Amino acid sequence: MENILVVAELQNGSLKKGTKELLSSLVGKGKTISAALAGEGADSIKEELQKYGVTQLFNQASLTQYNPTSFTQFFAEAIKQSGANLVLASSNAMTKDVLARVAARLDAGFINDCTELSFDGGIHLRRPMYSAKCSAGVNLKLEGTSIVLMRANQLPVLEGTESSTCEIKALDAGTENETLKVKDIIKGESEKLDLTEADRIVSGGRGLKEAKNFEMLEELANVINATVGASRAVVDSGWVPHSMQVGQTGKTVAPSLYIAVGISGAIQHLAGMSGSKVIVAINTDENAPIFQKASYGIVGDAFEVVPKLTEQLKASL
Amino acid sequence: MKIFVCIKQVPDTETRIKLKPDNSDIDSNGVKWIVNPYDEFAIEEAVKIKEPNQGATVTVVSVGPKARLTNSLRTAMAMGCDDGILIDEANSLDSLTMAKAIAKAIKAEGEFSAVFTGVLSIDDNESAIGPMLAELLEIPHVGVVSKLESAGDEWTAEREVEGGTKEVFTMKLPGLITATKGLNKPRFASLPNIMKAKKKPIKEMTLSDLGLSSDDVKIQLNQYQMPADKEPVKMLTGDSAAQVSELVKLLREEAKVL
Ligand SMILES: Cc1cc2nc3c(=O)[nH]c(=O)nc-3n(C[C@H](O)[C@H](O)[C@H](O)COP(=O)(O)OP(=O)(O)OC[C@H]3O[C@@H](n4cnc5c(N)ncnc54)[C@H](O)[C@@H]3O)c2cc1C
Repeated sequence: MENILVVAELQNGSLKKGTKELLSSLVGKGKTISAALAGEGADSIKEELQKYGVTQLFNQASLTQYNPTSFTQFFAEAIKQSGANLVLASSNAMTKDVLARVAARLDAGFINDCTELSFDGGIHLRRPMYSAKCSAGVNLKLEGTSIVLMRANQLPVLEGTESSTCEIKALDAGTENETLKVKDIIKGESEKLDLTEADRIVSGGRGLKEAKNFEMLEELANVINATVGASRAVVDSGWVPHSMQVGQTGKTVAPSLYIAVGISGAIQHLAGMSGSKVIVAINTDENAPIFQKASYGIVGDAFEVVPKLTEQLKASL
Repeated sequence: MKIFVCIKQVPDTETRIKLKPDNSDIDSNGVKWIVNPYDEFAIEEAVKIKEPNQGATVTVVSVGPKARLTNSLRTAMAMGCDDGILIDEANSLDSLTMAKAIAKAIKAEGEFSAVFTGVLSIDDNESAIGPMLAELLEIPHVGVVSKLESAGDEWTAEREVEGGTKEVFTMKLPGLITATKGLNKPRFASLPNIMKAKKKPIKEMTLSDLGLSSDDVKIQLNQYQMPADKEPVKMLTGDSAAQVSELVKLLREEAKVL
């Protein structure tokens, strides 16, 4: 696993945190590192990549909109040209979709949703299984290529200190055809980080009583720069869209801070968030199962506790 | 019109997970097995498309140990699938080997119009089988689909991505869709349909019939572990003002997350 390709993704013109986490895991490990970027922005991340010791960046600037056909061609070509035997990516809607397809095209091993990655001697990988009821070690075959997707927010971000020269290699492998075309993009209302990438989440459940009380959570979230999530009960009641659902049939999240307000802590909800570093539970029922998973618990009425919490944080930040 | 639906059997979420003594896998004794919930959206959509189409059929395909898997195929048939293909394999497989097995079984059936899978299976969250299968079958795919217009031979599919954004694709058949919540409301099988399902045909085969082996896997899971015991929760006491002050202090000074 000496030759590694990292899938680079951008946010506001610089490397996304998930990408930095992956590059950080390679700092000082003496690997040959390439990167691949679909879409614009190669120049704006070149310097950052150099600091992490990346020597070549495969790029196709024209791939501004996700299409599985063209993105598969691009990434397959970049991996082939780099000669990488390990491909690392941060797990999200795009990478999961395209890299599974790339794995089939290249006959490569594929594993998603890993939460531990390190390179001491060989490669060490683990991932949660069965809704995080247990975890498993991941063994990659050494011959051929392996594609590994990491959950966001699992690895520390280090500053790169290398001074390599990164060459941008323009590819034109990705083309669309008439079998699959993008017809429209319907922008979501949220400008916040997606739940799966958020480092702080404030989530609400049925204890909030009605849809408009989610505003109270929005206010708290704004103060600490968090994304708002929800339990399935309130999604099913139509208070908030499914894109906000955390849990087994919603998003799997792993922020540093997860504040659960008026959520009982059903096993299917826990399945989506028990990987969070610090969990705060606010619930009127001292026997609510969420308290068993929580780091800090407040038995109390959300309508009293949350506004006070928002006030205090506003005053002290 | 021929449609395939691929399903996986997974442990019920409520099931307690125990490990084998050598930690090589989970102990499947006493596990209650169900059809992966996302696959129910796939089954429902395929059956919904079939129903108004004279002569259309839906075939359900799955890989796993026959002794327990047959039950899940019958569940899919009770929801309206016409027949089944059971690839009998006791060992756990990585996604790619599983996708290869399903692709070979589907290819052997001749021409088809569409393939449905669930977006992911809740046992391992891999989300890989759909896109892999589409690649191996050399057809386009749209993943994470919550809305589908399936008239004619060009379908319009809405794919859900981050931040509630939707990417809308048009896909020419044959193609593959991975189904997510919102696509439909899976039906409950009626008693007569459950009875009828028992008589529907299931074609059985093994991995080696398909020219594959569980030794082909490129990824192996091992060294299973139960989660480390977590520190007991700190309950904050006093009136709500005191609780909140204490919480802010702990988040800052102890947990260091603010
Ligand atoms: C196959 C399947 C998949 C599922 N997937 C998911 C999933 O992905 N995500 C998910 O979340 N659920 C999922 N569920 C549903 C899950 O089982 C629970 O029903 C759901 O999580 C409950 O949501 P809740 O905690 O908001 O509601 P409840 O269980 O009703 O809990 C509400 C809580 O609010 C508290 N409360 C009431 N008033 C107040 C107040 N004023 N202040 C503070 N607290 C208050 C109550 O004490 C209670 O604990 C799934 C279920 C199944 C069967």
